[in-house]
Amino acid sequence: MNDMRMTERGVDSKNIKMKARKVQVFYGTNHAIKDVDVDIEDKTVTAFIGPSGCGKSTFLRCLNRMNDTIDICRVEGEITLDGEDIYDRKVDPVQLRAKVGMVFQKPNPFPKSIYDNVAYGPRIHGLARGKAELDEIVEKSLRRAAIWNEVKDRLDAPGTGLSGGQQQRLCIARAIATGPEVLLMDEPCSALDPIATAQVEELIDELRERFSVVIVTHSMQQAARVSQKTAFFHLGNLVEYGETSKIFTNPDDPRTESYITGRIG
Amino acid sequence: MTDATANAPARSLFTEDARTKKRNRAEARFRAYGLAAVIVGLLALVMLLVSILSNGMSAFRQTFLTIPVELTEARLDPQGNRDPAEMAAVTTFGYLPVLAQSYIDHVESLGIEHDLSPQAMAAMISGEAPAQLRSLVLEDPSLVGQTVTLRVLVSGRIDGFFKGRVTMASAERDANVTPEQLQLAQALAEVGVIETRFNWSFVTAPDASGQRPEAAGLGVAILGSFYMMLVVLVLSLPIGVAASIYLEEFAPKNRLTDLIEVNISNLAAVPSIVFGILGLAIFINFAGLPQSAPIVGGLVLTLMTLPTIIIATRASLRAVPPSIREAALGVGASKMQAVFHHVLPLAAPGILTGTIIGLAQALGETAPLLLIGMVAFVRDYPAAPPEGLFDPASALPVQVYQWTQRSDPAFVERASGAIIVLLVFLIVMNAIAVLLRRRFERRW
Repeated sequence: MNDMRMTERGVDSKNIKMKARKVQVFYGTNHAIKDVDVDIEDKTVTAFIGPSGCGKSTFLRCLNRMNDTIDICRVEGEITLDGEDIYDRKVDPVQLRAKVGMVFQKPNPFPKSIYDNVAYGPRIHGLARGKAELDEIVEKSLRRAAIWNEVKDRLDAPGTGLSGGQQQRLCIARAIATGPEVLLMDEPCSALDPIATAQVEELIDELRERFSVVIVTHSMQQAARVSQKTAFFHLGNLVEYGETSKIFTNPDDPRTESYITGRIG
Repeated sequence: MTDATANAPARSLFTEDARTKKRNRAEARFRAYGLAAVIVGLLALVMLLVSILSNGMSAFRQTFLTIPVELTEARLDPQGNRDPAEMAAVTTFGYLPVLAQSYIDHVESLGIEHDLSPQAMAAMISGEAPAQLRSLVLEDPSLVGQTVTLRVLVSGRIDGFFKGRVTMASAERDANVTPEQLQLAQALAEVGVIETRFNWSFVTAPDASGQRPEAAGLGVAILGSFYMMLVVLVLSLPIGVAASIYLEEFAPKNRLTDLIEVNISNLAAVPSIVFGILGLAIFINFAGLPQSAPIVGGLVLTLMTLPTIIIATRASLRAVPPSIREAALGVGASKMQAVFHHVLPLAAPGILTGTIIGLAQALGETAPLLLIGMVAFVRDYPAAPPEGLFDPASALPVQVYQWTQRSDPAFVERASGAIIVLLVFLIVMNAIAVLLRRRFERRW
């Protein structure tokens, strides 16, 4: 762990973007998440770490209600976005997901052109009033996802024809094209090689200027490199949550220490 | 364990040990069984095709007699006013002597010797010929009084003689034909008055009675089958796809949907004749739809095809990776948008293939049609849809069934010929399914 490059970037603002209180998740009778309280700060990268099966991805998917698609999944407790309960009856998950975008573990571009991949979100949400405006959104999103220069000459080519790292950045472009406020990333680099991983990590750091980013990762180095806040999950419990630098250098909980030093996991 | 491996004698890689030999023999045997199974299957297919093609190809050729016919006014238009309404009073029986006399005169003018009676001469011409002449004259009354060159069918036995089905020896024992008639036909064939040529009317003409197999065609049956396929396609594709999408993407997974799922699978295994009974009871007896109508056949076949389409559609929906749905939901698409924008286009090739296979199955289905009266003898073409859907019609497989029931041996080739037509339709449909799959298949 000596080569770990600690992030010394301070957290700019203390605005709480999303707040979770006493969140419980059940898969059928299996109690997958127990009593989780987390504050996601605005314009911050928050990392969720923990051993496989500890519930970090499950919790991430609660933040934009992707768990709704799983029949046996039940969520209790309160999760708010800008103070509004996202599990309120009046909330349409479709509107929520436009505000809380998501990037998945495996790059999953639509089998359509690169342009259509990025334009899909703005189209269904009616964000552009004409072709020119849509072109502008597509270009801006691809630029922000740091892939514009690689694809600007072949926007009509299928998105599935790109390399793994390019596909993942295309998926990020697609996610930010709808103008989300929070971007959830579920192990976005696990299917990528080290070079593509470095590109995506760099991108995450840039995205922090505009969005609050929540990233689930198995790589503690990655968490240390990109995040300002870290939450450590173990067996469905949130064990420790705090400044990344503190978690990795001076954790309060012995379980956290065991995990980051490689004794459990 | 470690000791045993250490002490085992060193074996060369170049010698097979007993276990390996046994394993290799088992594999060789299994390959032989597999190959034998494939060969048996292919042989069966070859036998089927050879038998059908050798029996049925001759149905597409027919023997015709070409003669000048003098349309005598005295017989065809006794009033002499060329009024089609009055001329219609002369039935086909009135046209037969005109035709026969012209034939006898023509043979005489050719100088061909024979000792056949006028009745025996007339019997060489198909019973269909006077009707053909009558409709020609009624269509254009001005022809009366003129001499027109007409190509008419010869009787089934004479036709069989040129196809090798009837011989001089068999004619001796046959009440319908005599060796002398065959000799005259042979002589006429030598001067080109009688010739065997390709016969489009086998595909276009309606069915004919058991006494004149030479005139029987598939026109009404093909049209009836086509109408039924139209009904099946229009009903089963939207219903089947909608049901599948609902069950696969929207329905909650509970006991009720499990029950529905099991029953749809069971429905696919229900014997088709049961659907025929159902159609008879519900569509004809209860709903009062007409018998023998393509609409009823189409409805019954829709019920039969639905499970096939639903099963195929659900399988192809399930084959679309969940990551595509997640991606769509993740950018804020509603469930319906995710399904219609992303899942359905990816599943479309599979759905189309399933639909075409279902249609092909329905096209070849016979049993349920027998129960709803599609087995009737129908000579009139149904009108254009939608009214035509309620007119009586026949269907291709039922036509095959009917022709195999008839006593005249000339129907053997016609039944096989109808099977060839049916097979051609099935092959074309399957080829379309393959093409569509190739054309629209996309990788992800």
